[in-house]
Amino acid sequence: MDVIGRTWDWLTTAAHWSGTDGVWHRLGEHLFLTAVCLLIACAIALPVAVLLGHLGKGGALAVNLSNAGRAVPTFAVLVLLLLSPLGTHGSWPTIIALVLFAIPPVLTNAYVGMRGVDRDMVEAARGMGMTGGQVMARVELPLAFPLIVTGVRSAAVQVVATTTLAALPGGGGLGRVITAGFRLTDTAQVVAGALLVAVLALLVEGAFVLLQRRLDPLRVRARAVRTPA
Amino acid sequence: MAGQNCLIANDWFCGEYVRTRGQELTDATLQHVGITLVSVAIGLLVAFPLALLARRWRTFEGPVLGMTTILYTVPSLAMFSLLVPVFGLSAAVVVTGLVLYSLTILVRNILAGLAAVPEEAREAARGMGYGPIRLLFGVELPLAVPALMAGLRIATVSTVSLTTVGAIIGYGGLGNLVYEGMRSYFKAQVLTASVLCVALAVAADLLLLFVQRLLTPWARTGRRAVNRRAAEEAVVV
Repeated sequence: MDVIGRTWDWLTTAAHWSGTDGVWHRLGEHLFLTAVCLLIACAIALPVAVLLGHLGKGGALAVNLSNAGRAVPTFAVLVLLLLSPLGTHGSWPTIIALVLFAIPPVLTNAYVGMRGVDRDMVEAARGMGMTGGQVMARVELPLAFPLIVTGVRSAAVQVVATTTLAALPGGGGLGRVITAGFRLTDTAQVVAGALLVAVLALLVEGAFVLLQRRLDPLRVRARAVRTPA
Repeated sequence: MAGQNCLIANDWFCGEYVRTRGQELTDATLQHVGITLVSVAIGLLVAFPLALLARRWRTFEGPVLGMTTILYTVPSLAMFSLLVPVFGLSAAVVVTGLVLYSLTILVRNILAGLAAVPEEAREAARGMGYGPIRLLFGVELPLAVPALMAGLRIATVSTVSLTTVGAIIGYGGLGNLVYEGMRSYFKAQVLTASVLCVALAVAADLLLLFVQRLLTPWARTGRRAVNRRAAEEAVVV
């Protein structure tokens, strides 16, 4: 298991972590790209999904979008955007390609979450005189929250893994560690790069699981009720 | 001469490109289909025993699902680069990577499909003297077909799309043309290959949907008379 030893050596060499090609810089780029893409994707997909789910319309759109998202290769979208006039605008081709990649899981899960809310609850809320907006904000959204976060979480993990593709046309992120290792036929460096991305993905997954527990409206309320007693 | 101009002007749409590079496009498409087909077939052959193992011995379920999930977080770029020392620069690298990715989706769906089989159906089969193997192939698998096919469709479509990344080692099917087009700034080549790739994914999805309908005639809902449907169901059982 020589590779493991050499990977460890690569990771513990301080020179590999500093500088423009260093791990810290690439990690920063990777996190920045992931966060920006995820935020934009959520800003676009969540309002649309919540509204469509509330109105009960566009189910076919939500399902087909997630299927279409899977069929379109992100790599091809990235290259197409690079060759378009947008290609001269720094990281924008990468960001747009990843946003397009992240929208389907966010949108579909949020939509399914909103539709999955017990119709009896919605009817009861309406019977109590709540307006459409109140039903959405106080009943449907809290109940759909777990699935909404699940969608964002799976999108986040996929974006972390897929951001590496930005390295193919020479963009930033941890993918550069991998492509550089591949070019130098340095297996240890490729393994180190893959390991870094996988660990980052698992950390992001863990962070979302924690966030989901902390922020789930129903759990928060349950805690609030329990505490004074 | 008008056709030649679009190659010189580097237009996105170029009929002349499709005409003159027809052979190249066909070869890339065939490689793409071949890689996808072999990957999904091997994926299914590996996922099936894994799912059965996870179902038979519950202690395996956590590790099997955990392993396949972790495999999914390995970026495709890294996966292919990592497998090069093992297989050399060959299609086996891409196929192995794609098989590993497909496992996540396939194992989960096979397990979900088998778990959704109604206990009554199992009991009835056992009561009729079905052994475990006949129960699996005669009752449980046919009932799990919808979930299994749903998983197979997702896995196939993802595989078609991920095959493109194989271009980094020269075995990416249509991805090779996208990669070359990126380097030489050849717009028509990138667009044509991308569109073909999406078309391939859609075609594979529709084909599998058709197969699913053939395999599960009882699931077809329509204006069909109830007794006819009952008759169909009887034939299947």
